[in-house]
Amino acid sequence: MNLLLRLENLKAGYLLRSPNGCKIIPAVDEVNLDVLNNEIYGVAGESGSGKSTLLKAMFVTAVEPPLRIFGGKVYYYPQGQEVNIFALPEPEKKKLSWQYISYIPQGSMSVFNPTRRIKTTFLDFFRSHTERGEKELLETTREHIRALGLNPGVLDAYPHQLSGGMRQRLAIALATLLKPKVILADEPTTALDVVAQKAVIQLLKEIQKESHNTVVLVTHDMGVHANITTRMAIMYAGRIVEEGPTQDIFKEPLHPYTKYLIDSLPRIGDKQVREGVPGNPPSFLNLPAGCAFHPRCPYALELCKKETPSLVSVSAERKVACWLRSGR
Amino acid sequence: MQKLLEVRNLTKIFTLGSFAARTKIVAVEKVSFSIAPGEIFTIAGESGCGKTTTARIILGFEHPTKGEILYKGQNLQYPGNRKAWFKEVQAVFQNPFETFNPLKKIENYFFATVYNYGLAKTRAQAQELIEDKLKAVGLAFAEIEGKYPGELSGGQLQRASIARSLLTNPSLLVADEPVSMVDASLRMSIVNLFRKLRDTLGVSIIYITHDLATAYYISDRIAIMLRGNIVEMGTPEILVQPRHPYTRILLHSVPKPDPGVKDDAPVRILEEQEEYLLEGCKFAGRCPEALAICKHRPPQEKIYSDGTMVRCHKYS
Repeated sequence: MNLLLRLENLKAGYLLRSPNGCKIIPAVDEVNLDVLNNEIYGVAGESGSGKSTLLKAMFVTAVEPPLRIFGGKVYYYPQGQEVNIFALPEPEKKKLSWQYISYIPQGSMSVFNPTRRIKTTFLDFFRSHTERGEKELLETTREHIRALGLNPGVLDAYPHQLSGGMRQRLAIALATLLKPKVILADEPTTALDVVAQKAVIQLLKEIQKESHNTVVLVTHDMGVHANITTRMAIMYAGRIVEEGPTQDIFKEPLHPYTKYLIDSLPRIGDKQVREGVPGNPPSFLNLPAGCAFHPRCPYALELCKKETPSLVSVSAERKVACWLRSGR
Repeated sequence: MQKLLEVRNLTKIFTLGSFAARTKIVAVEKVSFSIAPGEIFTIAGESGCGKTTTARIILGFEHPTKGEILYKGQNLQYPGNRKAWFKEVQAVFQNPFETFNPLKKIENYFFATVYNYGLAKTRAQAQELIEDKLKAVGLAFAEIEGKYPGELSGGQLQRASIARSLLTNPSLLVADEPVSMVDASLRMSIVNLFRKLRDTLGVSIIYITHDLATAYYISDRIAIMLRGNIVEMGTPEILVQPRHPYTRILLHSVPKPDPGVKDDAPVRILEEQEEYLLEGCKFAGRCPEALAICKHRPPQEKIYSDGTMVRCHKYS
């Protein structure tokens, strides 16, 4: 197998201190995940399902208090060799981030300094990783921007002169400047218009196609997943409840939650009544016992209320965490 | 067709910049439409197309530069009439977490609205009214009693926000992107709620969105806006058989929830300022079918026999 990133029983959460004592918000719970070379891996789920936290934990340098890793391991595979990223000394970690793996955080269209031209941000970023002359760096930046189909003229603009869609695409350009093998993108299309969203999706797709690297895309928009990802995982209350090739998941969702998500999508040209998922999303402070989805699940069994199902393989490529599928 | 609300030639111009170097942005330009009682009317378009400005003018938060808004044939919108106007027209906002002050109990908003409009004399009466409206949106008073906004989910808050807007028995709800901040699993239940309210209470709804799929799902009529102009207006079928090239491009950009259909035709984006300043059709700069005339003269309305309005040189 051509692995690029592996998570093993990863547990991460937020530690909140207050005068009444400590609280732990277990945003990511026992996640096992393999990301392969040359794919677009999607992570879906609603807000508060832990998908952004998962991405931060994958990009280890983004883990900052109050976010903490409580257990498990993250492996990277630079030059085909397995590296346990938590065991590495700090400078080595820093070196791998951005060059091996890069991260496009949520709302990244606001990463640019509003008082400086776009190119200054690019040069600053470049300088902290390589030691080459400014002219050379600028030329490489121009080439990179041109290769992504953008006009290099935008480098001379100030951020406020550009639209959100353009700034988002520039943020993607910034994150791919050092040609990383893995690109983690957190909701890159949210807060954009449909047309700008399409342009961003196309850009990500093209980057992936050109350099045969891997994109891990987190978004709550199932339409975007259908459009671009090759494999995907659905998260609910901090756990992965289903994983498999996107096409198969849309064709035949196995977990009741996934089924609801896909069935509730309205389609143009089809007026059929669509239902949302009944009930309300759970709070991490007070997760239901057993399977976290059971209070909203119409098929819940007695077993679901007591024991948490683990993610098990049901066929060669598909995994699901549901007692209805795995049984006892 | 009896009209509940009629918008005539609405124009809003914002002036930007200092005294010396002013630029004018025409946010809404000669927009006219009307809404029948019990109708769900959608205004769809990209951000910056003027859909929110139109909504804010209808709600009386902004003054139009030109044009008028008639409610049942009367102009209610001007000073002195505000209370009567708000009693009939209520707003539902985009982000339920920002609608409510996090330090204030939700029930206070309900009681404040009841007392402001003199809808009840005693607290018991007020509570009865509130309970009735909460029931209409699928909540119970016990669920919000004594709670702060942070204790409810986005879906519950949005329902509470809708219930609050129903207190005055309005005949028109203006909902600006009401589901874009609501979790995916709850989105359809809010959309279905709007439809249910229309069916049971007969309230008209102006639904403002950039999500064409939900627009198709609930609306009776849809208007597509582009840089201040309505370019196409008609039944939801305009999304199935689009006439205006812009509608076609919008539709083409919506990611289809079907992994089998992957389409990779490129899209073009122009920077906003450029488009506002175009003299002719605002879409001419990126229209694949633009004619020579499009850049110079704004297109005229053309109305088809099925009631669809299109504003494009190709058809006039």
